[in-house]
Amino acid sequence: MEKTILEVKDLSIDYPISIGTVHAVRNVSFTLHKGEVLGLVGESGCGKSTLGLSFLRLLRAPGRVAGGSIEFEGRDIMSMKTEELRLFRGNKMAMVFQNPLTSLNPLMRIRDHFFETLKVHNVFTNRTEAEKKAGDVLERLGIDRQRLHEYPHQMSGGMRQRIMIGLGLILDPEILIADEPTTALDVIVEATFVDLLKLLKEEYNISIILISHNLAMVAEIANRIAVMYGGKIAEIGTAEQIFAEPMHPYTQGLIGCVPNINVDQESLVSMAGSPPDLVVPPPGCPFADRCPKGMDICRQKMPPMKEYRANQQTACWLYE
Amino acid sequence: MEELIRVTNLIKNFPVQKSVLDMLFSGKKQQYVHAVDDVSFSIGKGEVLGLAGESGSGKSTTGRLLLRLLEATSGSIFYDGRDISTIGKEELRRLRMKMQVVFQDPDSSLSPRMTVGQAISDPLRIQGLASGAEAKRRAIQIMEQVGLTPAEFLYRKYPHQLSGGQTQRVVLARALVTNPEFVVADEPIAMADVSVRALILELMKQLKREFNLTYLFITHDLATAKYLCDRIAIMYLGRIVEIGTKDQVFRTPHHPYTKALLQAVPVPDPKERRKDALPRGEIPSAVNPPPGCHFHPRCPFAIDPCRSGRPPLRELSPGHFSACILEP
Repeated sequence: MEKTILEVKDLSIDYPISIGTVHAVRNVSFTLHKGEVLGLVGESGCGKSTLGLSFLRLLRAPGRVAGGSIEFEGRDIMSMKTEELRLFRGNKMAMVFQNPLTSLNPLMRIRDHFFETLKVHNVFTNRTEAEKKAGDVLERLGIDRQRLHEYPHQMSGGMRQRIMIGLGLILDPEILIADEPTTALDVIVEATFVDLLKLLKEEYNISIILISHNLAMVAEIANRIAVMYGGKIAEIGTAEQIFAEPMHPYTQGLIGCVPNINVDQESLVSMAGSPPDLVVPPPGCPFADRCPKGMDICRQKMPPMKEYRANQQTACWLYE
Repeated sequence: MEELIRVTNLIKNFPVQKSVLDMLFSGKKQQYVHAVDDVSFSIGKGEVLGLAGESGSGKSTTGRLLLRLLEATSGSIFYDGRDISTIGKEELRRLRMKMQVVFQDPDSSLSPRMTVGQAISDPLRIQGLASGAEAKRRAIQIMEQVGLTPAEFLYRKYPHQLSGGQTQRVVLARALVTNPEFVVADEPIAMADVSVRALILELMKQLKREFNLTYLFITHDLATAKYLCDRIAIMYLGRIVEIGTKDQVFRTPHHPYTKALLQAVPVPDPKERRKDALPRGEIPSAVNPPPGCHFHPRCPFAIDPCRSGRPPLRELSPGHFSACILEP
């Protein structure tokens, strides 16, 4: 196995609000290896986006890390000083958000977006050099460098999403965090985007955390997948394990919910009920109330996260 | 199979808004978005026809034209043998009892100031079918059928007090309360979470059996279309490029665009990752679509005749049509 580049230990994130505290992420631990794509999947409200923001310390108030640590190559991100953090962002780890329409400034040419990024990170020397650098990145992403001089509205949705990736890549980061990068894209454009991520991983050995609710898209590219539910990781394993031999009943249900174009399905799995209230999280497994195999102990005590099969960890009392 | 809906040569052009300067000084001709460009198809009673394509393909516009939520530029729509493209307002209102619609976003389809009960019984009142206690009884009954239980309790709730899955059920209940025959479902699950999607799809299947419904299911997700539909029409830039039964279109696709779309669909199985190359570029503007076959600039098999003249829909096998001139 490749070496660990990011290690998250026992991380908890809270949002104190008027009616109490939302425990959005609870005691999450996992590692990201160099050069792998880790899929972070789950439904809305499971904590996946909050988790993604915390890696770059981008949580918005009142969100705060309530415990645990995030280590990048042994350095604790949580304890970085402002200047150190600024240099860490972009240079070591970059993020691509969901909506390229709202993330690009309509009044700025594409090249100025790149210049701004370079300037903020103190690596802007002169226009000619910066333009060459930005052009090189665009070409890597399959966009003609002439388009640097255009405005965002002159580009298609797929191209804008690639520009976003380009802005993330210009400083040559080691980790790319992509939060629902294809939600606004059409099928063929989404597939092209997945190909692009594959290319980045294979040719540039970038580690990618891909946050998405689209399991089929994640299945196309992820090496490993972490399934989140109710602020916790329910199961983590290789993509093959998660799809072929899921252990956690939530993972099993989630996989069974997805229509597969290559299979004639008679029916889909129906998971009744809704996710737990994270202001007063249940003491036991968050999925217990909806779980077809739920037992008494599931409602009382949180099951430990254990590696029951090689590389596959799950938190479920069924296996204890 | 008996026909419920027949659409012939349906066309919808939207004028492109000109700026004041253009209107005053340039002799530029009025431009149009050719949203729906001569489309014909039929839907049998009790059938689910899927209308699939990428954004801008004209699939939603087609759905709206069918219900006359939009007026067509030209073409006819037959409902149960009767031409409804020219009938008056009052007749149309009565007909809408039989034709209903479910949109993508349940939150914007429901008034935040109406309770669930009001929203669901409103169509009964508008259609003059029931009022007062009778309307409530029928609303409660339909709520139970779509799984909005406990119905008496939820009847008094407002949309913001419900979960995403529940609001989409309210929209379905409201569509079904007048006992329609035909429902246009325009991306009904696109905004929902994975598990909610599965629930709504299952519910739509069940309701179709119980109410003997006919659906036009508009979607960009081919895996979902395959799951729910009997027949599929693939649209590209306002035209149907291929139509046939589910098996014909998915097992033996003919049009290169259909093939490209099918290839691009992600498969929830890491053992079956896509290896084939994808078509270049993106869907062009519908204001100035490419001449000939609209897909030719992106098509790897394009030959000279593809660049001029609209390729007709040819019947490849009974019921399977493709608008590609290449031999299968």
